[in-house]
Amino acid sequence: MARKHKRNIVPFGPQHPVLPEPIHLDLVLDDEKVVGVIPSVGFIHRGLEGLVDKRDFKEMVYVAERTCGICSFQHGMGYCEAVEQIMNIEVPPRAKYLRTIWGETSRLHSHLLWLGLMADAFGFESLFYQCWRIREKILDLIELSTGGRVIFSVNQIGGVLKDMDAEMLKHFLDVLAEVETEVHEIQKTFMLDYTVQSRTVGVGVMTKRQIHACGSVGPFARASGFKVDMRKLGYEAYPDLDFEPVISNDGDCYARCDVRIREIFQSIDLIRQAAAKIPDSELAAKVKGNPDGECFARIEQPRGEAIYYVRGTGKKFVNRMRIRTPTFANLPGLCEMLKNADYADVPLMILTIDPCISCTER
Amino acid sequence: MAVIIKKEPEQKTITIAELLPEVIAIRKRGMRVCQICAAWVNEQFELSYTFANDGNYLLLTLRVVIDKDVEVPSITPIYPSAVFYENEMKELFGVKVENISMDYKDKFYRIEEKTPFGPESEDE
Repeated sequence: MARKHKRNIVPFGPQHPVLPEPIHLDLVLDDEKVVGVIPSVGFIHRGLEGLVDKRDFKEMVYVAERTCGICSFQHGMGYCEAVEQIMNIEVPPRAKYLRTIWGETSRLHSHLLWLGLMADAFGFESLFYQCWRIREKILDLIELSTGGRVIFSVNQIGGVLKDMDAEMLKHFLDVLAEVETEVHEIQKTFMLDYTVQSRTVGVGVMTKRQIHACGSVGPFARASGFKVDMRKLGYEAYPDLDFEPVISNDGDCYARCDVRIREIFQSIDLIRQAAAKIPDSELAAKVKGNPDGECFARIEQPRGEAIYYVRGTGKKFVNRMRIRTPTFANLPGLCEMLKNADYADVPLMILTIDPCISCTER
Repeated sequence: MAVIIKKEPEQKTITIAELLPEVIAIRKRGMRVCQICAAWVNEQFELSYTFANDGNYLLLTLRVVIDKDVEVPSITPIYPSAVFYENEMKELFGVKVENISMDYKDKFYRIEEKTPFGPESEDE
């Protein structure tokens, strides 16, 4: 007798052990296979973009930073980039280098946080603790140099608010050397351990064609051979630094893990290059007038391409600020990836896009 | 030294009738949709459809300016991945988008206030 297939809709989230932040997915299941995914968001929608009426264009830097607790620095930097382009402000070279160093430091802590969550998702508790122990060293560096661990508050329109002296830069490099050694150790476990491989190899495969059709970005896209990295646009100090986008061609959960680990080494290398070349200059350019015009600025956040649209009309308050975050761009890719997946693999697969729902909902 | 690609974004203002033919032409060029957003400017909606060419890092924005009650056609038949951008624009701003491949009917953002960034909200 032919076996009857029954379709069910299983709600996933907004509260789920694997989700650090709330997103809801209606999973359409045919037995244990996912055949459809309908996401919905809005549980932590704060309407930050609507604050343009209440905060002037300089104060909006701090609003932009509060979009997310993980890539807070990069949100502030992206917004500043957009306003600086509208106002034709030439940011002093030292400020560009400092932004690059802090930007890469925040990428380090974001990727280490994700690796820990990934280890936790497949039940490897000790690996989870190791990742977050290493991440703590990065957070200490951030606290030492900016005074904050979550919100850095060092960006301003035209430059930065704080400097790093030679001693602090040396301390950065010393700690990063330790971190590099320790990440090499955990890399062996992530890449070679049988348990990890059994959960990640061949799971959630996305081809390059699918990635392009879904408009996916960041490490999620680069793990499928999509060689795109917004740092190549040449903002901040990146034109002076030598790097190539980290890619993999397998497109599975294992490849996403591999890309993020190799990006940790890349970030350490970029900080070393920036620290070796950092020039002396003012920390910020003078800002005269108000933004009059519009700009789309793109930067590479830890999760991928982020777009900042700012439209000013010559007044103190900008008319529109819009942030298109990488997780929002990765939602269609997530839905595509989950189709035909085993229900048991869904939590891990969701995690491999490194979802940040605070960013997505703004 | 790394090769840095510096491209100035392109922008083009078009009418509603030109939207779908333009988007089809962009799709044929192999560009990806990277954002769609609305702004309420001078008592009209200003819609920006942004596409990226990842081969040369080019950014192209199509600008459509419409009155409040005018319906704009969905580009999801051409770019299925635009579905969340269009639902967002509809739910947060109140832009009338017709024929979205998956219309959430105001359930994509699970928020209490209807069209919080729309013109009605501003009038209050």
